[in-house]
Amino acid sequence: MSMPFYVSPEQMMEDRADYARKGIARGRALIALSYKKGILIVAENPSNTLYKISEIYDRIAFAGVGKYNEFDQLRIAGVRHADLKGYSFSREDVDARNLANQYAQMLGQIFTHEMKPMEVEILVAEISHQVDDIQPQMFHILYDGTVKDGTDYAVLGGETEVILERFSPGYKPNMTLSKALALSVKALSGDERELFSDDLEVAELSLKNGRRSFRRITGDELTDLLP
Amino acid sequence: MTLPRFSPENDPGPDFSALIDKYGMPAISSQGIIENLPHGTTCVAIKYNDGVVLAGDRRATSGHHISFRTIEKVFQSDSHSGVAISGAAGPAVEMVKLFQLQLEHYEKVEGNSLSLEGKANQLGNMIRQNLPAAMQGLAVVPIFAGYDLRENAGRIFQYDVTGGRFEEAAFATTGSGSLHATTVIKMGFKDKLNQQDAVALAANAIFEASDEDSATGGPDLIRDLFPTIAVIKANGFEMISHDKVVTTFTEIINSRKEQNGGT
Repeated sequence: MSMPFYVSPEQMMEDRADYARKGIARGRALIALSYKKGILIVAENPSNTLYKISEIYDRIAFAGVGKYNEFDQLRIAGVRHADLKGYSFSREDVDARNLANQYAQMLGQIFTHEMKPMEVEILVAEISHQVDDIQPQMFHILYDGTVKDGTDYAVLGGETEVILERFSPGYKPNMTLSKALALSVKALSGDERELFSDDLEVAELSLKNGRRSFRRITGDELTDLLP
Repeated sequence: MTLPRFSPENDPGPDFSALIDKYGMPAISSQGIIENLPHGTTCVAIKYNDGVVLAGDRRATSGHHISFRTIEKVFQSDSHSGVAISGAAGPAVEMVKLFQLQLEHYEKVEGNSLSLEGKANQLGNMIRQNLPAAMQGLAVVPIFAGYDLRENAGRIFQYDVTGGRFEEAAFATTGSGSLHATTVIKMGFKDKLNQQDAVALAANAIFEASDEDSATGGPDLIRDLFPTIAVIKANGFEMISHDKVVTTFTEIINSRKEQNGGT
């Protein structure tokens, strides 16, 4: 009979984190940033059916990188949570902060208690209901349940340091949609290669779209917006 | 509230009603007939060259008593469809709320919206589930209308209390004033009406129904309350503005005065 080896808790957590990080690093990155009229989310995604960015509620969007089936499971749980909450209370009572906390709880729980941590990083983004003061909020949640919040931008996925280096010097609040998009695409692609509309998945949260502020930017509209 | 998680065999999929069932929100249930609850009445839907017009009066009654003068019976259910309700007001409004949410929930979970046919069937299922309540006097009988983006045409569906779904070729009416409304539409209906004429015809139908049926509310000039009218066409659902509705009804009132002194 073989003796089980002793593994220190530090080592075990580190192994799990390494495992999750490796999975996430294999995928393409994603940038979310606030611009003049709302929040823009840009992902490198060659598929136009398996989405990384999607709608959760009236003013809340979801984005995920890493293993598709895992973040999609989280996305659906989020939609269900939001719709149930809006149905039993009121539409105004559904907010991103609560949802982000729920996600963090769930990811943290899975990270410490289950066989395999989730190989995902997710983003919950929200704008306010006021047109002249959009109060963007972004919650970036890691595989172990760590939550980072911000109001300007968030970068998820592999190679985030490199992308951030290219992105943050150019970022200014209140950019136009096309400027915000150009900056994000440039940061995602780097200098050596170019990204075209087919390689991108783009969506925005903006009150100009009505009650459901989430809207995908696709096809000719996206091609026209790209520099 | 925590994040809902399901094992694959228990997963409710994109069905919001199933999700609520799994989550254990109770349905209305009681024994015996429930009387004197507010009931909503007359609604009509008419096809025209660009789509469908939906209209409904604003009155809810409990027996001979007017319970509400301002309730709305024409609702947007999603970007390209709408529901007009008659029957027990409380359950009807609740059904619409659930139906709207069902369509939105499906769209978000699945990533694309249901076909118009699928939406019509969904509403049929909800009415069928309401059958026990209907037996206690809480019947809900809506009209569902929408613009079918696959067929490029407006379509109208009517229901009975068991959830039976019937597609109408030209127009539909529901509620206690529906007999009179139907007659008016029959007399004025033509294939390929334009929007203005279709809206006027719908307004006429509600007007005459309100003139003959005490449970149907007509234009209320004292309170500035008018029936609501909406159109659904290729670019989506659109409520007709209050001003336009007022103009339409003012014309009807004036023409009645001219014709026969108002009788």
